[in-house]
Amino acid sequence: MMLNQNDILSTIRMIDQQHLDIRTITMGISLLDCCDPDPVSACQKIYDKIVSSARHLVKVGEDIEAEFGIPIVNKRVSVTPIALVAGAAQCDNYVPFAQALDRAAKEIGINFIGGFSALVQKGMTEGDRKLITSIPEALSVTDRVCASVNVGSTKAGINMDAVRMMGETVKETARRTAGCGGFGCAKLVVFCNAVEDNPFMAGAFHGVGEAERVINVGVSGPGVVYHALQRVKGESFDVVAETIKKTAFQITRMGQLVAREASARLGVSFGIVDLSLAPTPAVGDSVAKILEEMGLEVCGTHGTTAALALLNDAVKKGGIMASSSVGGLSGAFIPVSEDEGMIAAAQSGALTLDKLEAMTCVCSVGLDMIAVPGDTSAATISAIIADEAAIGMINQKTTAVRIIPAPGKTVGDVVEFGGLLGSAPVMPCHTGSVEGFIARGGRIPAPMHSLKN
Amino acid sequence: MKAIVTVIGKDQVGIIARVCALLSERKVNVLDISQTVLQDYFTMIMLVDVGEAAIPFAQLKDELAASGQGLDIRIQREDIFHAMHQL
Repeated sequence: MMLNQNDILSTIRMIDQQHLDIRTITMGISLLDCCDPDPVSACQKIYDKIVSSARHLVKVGEDIEAEFGIPIVNKRVSVTPIALVAGAAQCDNYVPFAQALDRAAKEIGINFIGGFSALVQKGMTEGDRKLITSIPEALSVTDRVCASVNVGSTKAGINMDAVRMMGETVKETARRTAGCGGFGCAKLVVFCNAVEDNPFMAGAFHGVGEAERVINVGVSGPGVVYHALQRVKGESFDVVAETIKKTAFQITRMGQLVAREASARLGVSFGIVDLSLAPTPAVGDSVAKILEEMGLEVCGTHGTTAALALLNDAVKKGGIMASSSVGGLSGAFIPVSEDEGMIAAAQSGALTLDKLEAMTCVCSVGLDMIAVPGDTSAATISAIIADEAAIGMINQKTTAVRIIPAPGKTVGDVVEFGGLLGSAPVMPCHTGSVEGFIARGGRIPAPMHSLKN
Repeated sequence: MKAIVTVIGKDQVGIIARVCALLSERKVNVLDISQTVLQDYFTMIMLVDVGEAAIPFAQLKDELAASGQGLDIRIQREDIFHAMHQL
């Protein structure tokens, strides 16, 4: 039976004019078998395992791209949190581990590798501490390594000692990469309730509950949703929700197809499809524009949180039936520098840090790719992290902070990162001191509703 | 393996013959074909079988695209359309 001509043409239009793409095929690789007391030997094992596991990842991605005619923007690798692997090694500095990851990433031709990570929501091992203190140097001497640290969870509460360290780590990372606008910070995510199967950078790592190797796929398509909503102008929110659900279903079916195909060709089990709306700086590929299409003059005005809540929920409802296994972050992303509409809204002052914080209560992830003045204190960054972590902890969702205190820049300046990372207008933070709050340390206890057993 | 060939652009003399000749030289069997012309704007959709094709899929894709002469000609595995539009 021949397919309907309109269906075929609508798919082609989505790809050509509405930026429909597979955002990433990410291979998760366990490095638990690479532990070694000798750090040189451990790094060699890590390099060898990544290269042998993912040697064909890019080629397979390109083949699928050609055969299905759907762009696959990124091919990437996530690994076991390095703090767990390097913890066995007798050394204090984990930078060589980051360099091993970087070499492996370059050898197999991927643009980012995630997993220079530590999970410290309840406490910190020696390995975790060494990893965190190695992050600024690791991100300044490597090109493709992404780092993440999980500082809180609904179950464990928030590790405020780690929050304090991460404020300092972000500042130091910015200082060491000052020559490129503090770019190192774009590769560093601080999480609460981090997920183990996230395919998106910079926060991807391969959790310990995962298989030896796994293929996770992240779909995208803000432009497709935006165009679909243009066809229902003035209709009620019931219609808006239905339209988004149907669109998300189609996008996710395509993601599921690619995920199955990639896992079969690579001989690696299929993990999840992440139902995310991930914007790019390209015109027409913006989450902010979807919110504005719902009737808001500018993203960030009153009503934005409600619009985003509807969008996020409808994307999940539409996508869930289209995939046999949904996971990762699954929701709308709001990275300021990577979204044409968010950039404009932030530049005009309509979109503030406080509004973004509210928006993170109802969508996936959190304060993402936000530039703040270079003289923002480490304590203030820690406090921003603490606020986000609290939202995640109480609402039993993932939240994250990827913030760039852009060296030498102030409110009104713009930091250019280029490519998919876009450009970030420097946004003002509150200036009241938080030193006493951050100096306390200790742990913010887990909420009552974490006790479910 | 089945695939969909789409040809989109301004109407020209001999488009169908040209595409069909290329496909038959490469041992690609045409199973179904539909075309419309709306205000000089030509759209042709072909269902083809590339199971016996004489060249790899990627090369076929490049040759079709190169033969366009101003038209957009592409080939995609049909699975993607089924996935997106059929339950």
